[in-house]
Amino acid sequence: MATKTFKRPDGRKVDETRPMQAKVGVVPNADGSALFSFGDTIAIAAVYGPKKMHPQHQQDPEKGTLRCRYNMISFSVDDRIRPGPSRRSTEISKITEWSLEPSLLIKNYPNMVIDVHVNILQANASTRCAGINAAAMALAHAGIPMKNIVSSVSIGKLDKNLVVDLNKDEEDWEEGEGSTDIPITMTPNGEITHIQLDGRITKEQLKEGIELARKSTKEIYEVQKKALKDSIKT
Amino acid sequence: MKTTRITGERIKEYLEKGKRFDGRNLEEFREISVEIGVSKKAEGSARVKIGKTEVIVGVKLDVKEPYPDSPNKGNLMVTSELLPLSSGRFEYGPPRFPAIELGRLIDRAIRESKFLQLEKLCIKEGEKVWGVFIDIYSINDDGNLIDAAGLGAVIALKTAKLPEYDEKNEKIVYGKLTNKKVPVSKEIPIIVTTHKIGKSMIVDPTLEEEDVSEARITIGGTIEGSLFSIQKGNSKELTIEEIKKMLDISEKTRKKVFSSIEKYLK
Repeated sequence: MATKTFKRPDGRKVDETRPMQAKVGVVPNADGSALFSFGDTIAIAAVYGPKKMHPQHQQDPEKGTLRCRYNMISFSVDDRIRPGPSRRSTEISKITEWSLEPSLLIKNYPNMVIDVHVNILQANASTRCAGINAAAMALAHAGIPMKNIVSSVSIGKLDKNLVVDLNKDEEDWEEGEGSTDIPITMTPNGEITHIQLDGRITKEQLKEGIELARKSTKEIYEVQKKALKDSIKT
Repeated sequence: MKTTRITGERIKEYLEKGKRFDGRNLEEFREISVEIGVSKKAEGSARVKIGKTEVIVGVKLDVKEPYPDSPNKGNLMVTSELLPLSSGRFEYGPPRFPAIELGRLIDRAIRESKFLQLEKLCIKEGEKVWGVFIDIYSINDDGNLIDAAGLGAVIALKTAKLPEYDEKNEKIVYGKLTNKKVPVSKEIPIIVTTHKIGKSMIVDPTLEEEDVSEARITIGGTIEGSLFSIQKGNSKELTIEEIKKMLDISEKTRKKVFSSIEKYLK
């Protein structure tokens, strides 16, 4: 297949992510925190809680609430971002919540809230995936009861070729069919907790892309797990 | 959670004996560590840690129209965000007073000291000048964010370089930094905040100490002895004698702080 031999701008193999870095405990004040990076994309996440939900009318007596905030640091990109929430960051915050919640045993915390703050320190595409990976680790580091740690990766289609972990150059790919961006989040068992797509693709190729994500998220999961295990070794 | 009254009383008792919970002297800073280049996307950036307190500061440049009252000078804007990530006390939402004050304190020290040479940042008088944005983010708040932010701003500026500017298309070529440094003066403004707790004066408070601080004075000045910006904070009054003492403490501290970050300013 053409895909297998496709040459990526930075020389990576099609199924190769950028070098990953994972670390927990980066924010001492927080109940749990983590850093996760794909190459030049660096995300940090901090967890505060579970704590009582304020305002009170937002309390849910049935289950706890997961509240995520995704924020890009103003100098994480070329054109400075005005500090404060945007339409984009509001959506990604919600997507992050949806990605993480299925893995948490949040039923145990009626009327409580778990706050997850994700900040992008440096951006070179796939920031939401790096953010979700950091957030999942931070939740585990905070000792929140959970079934699994989710892992997230962006699948890209550059012209006709499927690749994993898009960087900015690839995101802006213009040749042939252009670039399609498919961020996907999965549990280690392969359940999908999040998928988005922007671009153009056939059903068959999407299926193939999901299989590629399955393989890649397994690798990411190992990186996340190792960082968490290392943190408790003395 | 705010520091309890009983802890506050104990802090004061300790201070009267010249002691602090973490074993420091009253006029002793925690260890300062600096990392340059936090984000490759910034024209200059730095991470400053003072003990467990951590801030990141980034400098971004843009070509702007000058302000009407300074047609031949660059624009400076300093903002700060106290990230909810950095403390359970900070909430999401529009900036509140502490974040606004922090940005303004740093702005004034940089502006009044003329550390950033705005007159050298004019491209075409009345039309085009460089806009310099200094953005401060808290990563972990364990007290004394102000002094940490001041150091971060100075180091980020000192290490910042101008991006390439494409005159024809009137566009900045980001990612292509020139060899031209952002013009800064030799004299380095250092911000030091001195606090009064009970009868004692301390520098570099931890969060617990900051909670029980009755009055503080933030001073921006150089080791050569000039002072550029002063702000008293919190509601307790100070006597003339106390102010004088705080000026002395701040001068001594400024020198010590400077020597511990000097190597990053080369």
